[in-house]
Amino acid sequence: MQRITIDPITRLEGHGKIEIFLDEAGNVANTYFQIPELRGFERFCVGRPVEEMPLLTGRICGVCPEAHHMAAAKAGDALYQVDPPPTAKKLRELLYSAFYVTDHTTHFYALGGPDFVMGPDAPVAERNILGVIHKVGLEIGGKVIQARKYGHNVIEMIGGRKVHPCTSIPGGLTKGITEEQRREIEEMGRWAVEFAQFSLQLFDDLVLKNQAYLELVLGDIYLHQTYYIGMVDEQNRVNFYDGKISVVAPNGERIGKYAAHEYTDWIAERVEPWTYLKFPYLKKVGWRGFVDGMESGVYCATPLSRLNAADGMATPLAQEAYERFYETLVPGQPKVVHHRLATHWARLIELLYAAERWVELATDPEITSPNIHTVPTAKPTEGVGCVEAPRGTLTHHYWTDERGVLTRVNLIVGTTNNYAPISMSVKKAAQNFIKNGVVVTEGLLNRIEMAFRAYDPCFGCATHSLPGQMPMEVVIRDAQGQPIDVLRQYC
Amino acid sequence: MKPKFAMYWAASCGGCEIAVLNIHEKILDVDANFEVVFWPVAMDAKIKDVEALPDGDILLTLFNGGIRNAENEHMAHLLRRKSKILVAFGSCANEGCIPGLANLSSQEEIFDAVYAGVSTNNPLRVRPQFNWQIPEGELHIPEFYPVLRTLDQVVNVDYYIPGCPPESHQIAAVIDHVIQVLQGKAELPPPGSVLGANGTTVCDECTRRRNVKMIKKFRRIQELPEIDPTLCLLEQGIPCNGPATRNGCGALCPKAGAQCIGCYGPAAGVVDYGARLIAAFASVIDSNDPQEIDRILDGLPDPAGQIYRFNLAKSLLRKARKEV
Ligand code: SF4
Ligand code: SF4
Repeated sequence: MQRITIDPITRLEGHGKIEIFLDEAGNVANTYFQIPELRGFERFCVGRPVEEMPLLTGRICGVCPEAHHMAAAKAGDALYQVDPPPTAKKLRELLYSAFYVTDHTTHFYALGGPDFVMGPDAPVAERNILGVIHKVGLEIGGKVIQARKYGHNVIEMIGGRKVHPCTSIPGGLTKGITEEQRREIEEMGRWAVEFAQFSLQLFDDLVLKNQAYLELVLGDIYLHQTYYIGMVDEQNRVNFYDGKISVVAPNGERIGKYAAHEYTDWIAERVEPWTYLKFPYLKKVGWRGFVDGMESGVYCATPLSRLNAADGMATPLAQEAYERFYETLVPGQPKVVHHRLATHWARLIELLYAAERWVELATDPEITSPNIHTVPTAKPTEGVGCVEAPRGTLTHHYWTDERGVLTRVNLIVGTTNNYAPISMSVKKAAQNFIKNGVVVTEGLLNRIEMAFRAYDPCFGCATHSLPGQMPMEVVIRDAQGQPIDVLRQYC
Repeated sequence: MKPKFAMYWAASCGGCEIAVLNIHEKILDVDANFEVVFWPVAMDAKIKDVEALPDGDILLTLFNGGIRNAENEHMAHLLRRKSKILVAFGSCANEGCIPGLANLSSQEEIFDAVYAGVSTNNPLRVRPQFNWQIPEGELHIPEFYPVLRTLDQVVNVDYYIPGCPPESHQIAAVIDHVIQVLQGKAELPPPGSVLGANGTTVCDECTRRRNVKMIKKFRRIQELPEIDPTLCLLEQGIPCNGPATRNGCGALCPKAGAQCIGCYGPAAGVVDYGARLIAAFASVIDSNDPQEIDRILDGLPDPAGQIYRFNLAKSLLRKARKEV
């Protein structure tokens, strides 16, 4: 049996590895996408005071510590059954919106977008942020840096630090903002809205007006019919910070919505002995293996999923973009898009929403109120906090003793949600490009890389690598396990 | 020929890399003054090319992340051999950081917490296997070690840059200094030095007033009806780690109303972080009665975490555990 090893993220270093096994006829027998690292936060957070959880769990992922900070703070609120004052919730959401702008900007311009801007057939060496700058102009580089900087400024103003914020506690925040800071935040937010519009326009010009790209997006090659989940507000519009989790079937029908504390009724996780990461799936549908369709509990939790799981966006410009998205991709059909590459477009719509929300919150009359904390009085027992991390629904579940010291912790982390669908995309790529012993190497590498990037996998959450970094090595082995060829591609 | 530079992450969260990327235009200085030969986050990562370099060929390697598994250890040895100057970068590599708290638990306890959680459907009690036979062949994942180790518990380390993550302005200052050394305008500090931080404590940079106010009990931050924005947190009863923690951040957390949790590690000259911290705590307690002082200290909800939050892997406790 032939064996192909792809270490997709950084080869040996334990950041993710793909094994492809061929049968005697030289077709794909099976593929395994392995996550080779574990740190064990569920265990060593036990014994810690609950107010430290927003600080400790930030260290799960330095790419999205804001998401863990928020989920942990909300789990703390739930644990004490305390409702933070409106200003505290709005400030948390303001920080979180600014974080989304930073994160989605980084992804689109530096990681996922280059495939489109440069074209998927451009040499790998050009498919990066520098290539984008060369093609679209130097000015764009400055804008991207500005967007990241502004986002981090807001994170620091409200959260105290740029990486690993420290101000959210059960019941609210340790500090508020001044009118002067508010003005500055508003100004940066208005700039961010323009930047987001500019980014959507760029996507329009480069992708939507280009028939070849559009065909790539709409082709079968990146298609998977799965369930989708995403957080929505009371009117079923996308929300990143709070709401219920909406679950939508492959046919576009909503099969239900669950509150954070009901997550175990909906989500279950499967353990495989060959990887450190678990595979979540929809409990009500059940695990049928790595397959598409109504009968398979595999679901996705990405920007595309959030749009599919919602009925619209809560801000006017993003709503317009949302309507255009479905009119373009599935005109006259149920409002569900299965094309994985459309995730990039969905991400930009979310970028616009996050920027608009940033301004909305920065101009909220309550936002500078000093009333930022409610002292918890109830005896703590158990609490669940959910937010939408950029890479999927994030769930923190804590149990404590009566002093609020943790006795048990359960976590379902953003990217983990997408472990099964990513594995399926890998398998589909392998099947497409390996037939009867013939390996279309360049196609295989490109395909896997682009499929990965659509999900924006960040195994910093699950292990520790940054999203989008996909140097690959493929080792093809003969039946005796001897390598017969080594192929490499780096991004 | 430009001197060679490398940066690597072992068991880490990626925050150190983000902090380095946040030095913005200084990255270009790195590029101008060094040949970047290995940096998985920023460029293709050819371990074979690193292996092919003569020993000691890389001038400067920044190593972040702890040593959690067999691969992390392999990379530590490789990069030590290839580097003239190996820097333990960030709290994980320096002292174990939050993931080092795992050293209070066995591998079995950790696996149980992760693979038998409430949302896990695992009736057969499946656990990850380092080697696993599948119908098509055998799969491997790196061995998960019984404890997490710091970089200098595995190889010899030349310098230390603390912080979780190190603040970007400190990183930029270190890079500036190294470039000056290359240009013959400055000298390298003595081996073993801590770089990118100050000799003082977080308290020294903290803008909060210290009134030598005494407390009768420790408070949880969420219990306070109001956090006085100008008074020392410790004097408000909040267990702030500022007095024992090295200053490098400029007291960011206390300035934002949150207690310092100690991410820059022990202050210069502090051998026993816990002893220093407890002495500082005892000094604000309004009592002369040792028993009452003990009782008040017992009011801390998590004494082990308070003292060892970031430095358990490096601390004496790990040794104690091993001797048991
Ligand atoms: S104990 Fe904390 S709040 Fe008080 S002076 Fe030191 S760092 Fe500032
Ligand atoms: S105040 Fe303490 S915890 Fe906060 S950044 Fe500084 S050293 Fe780290």
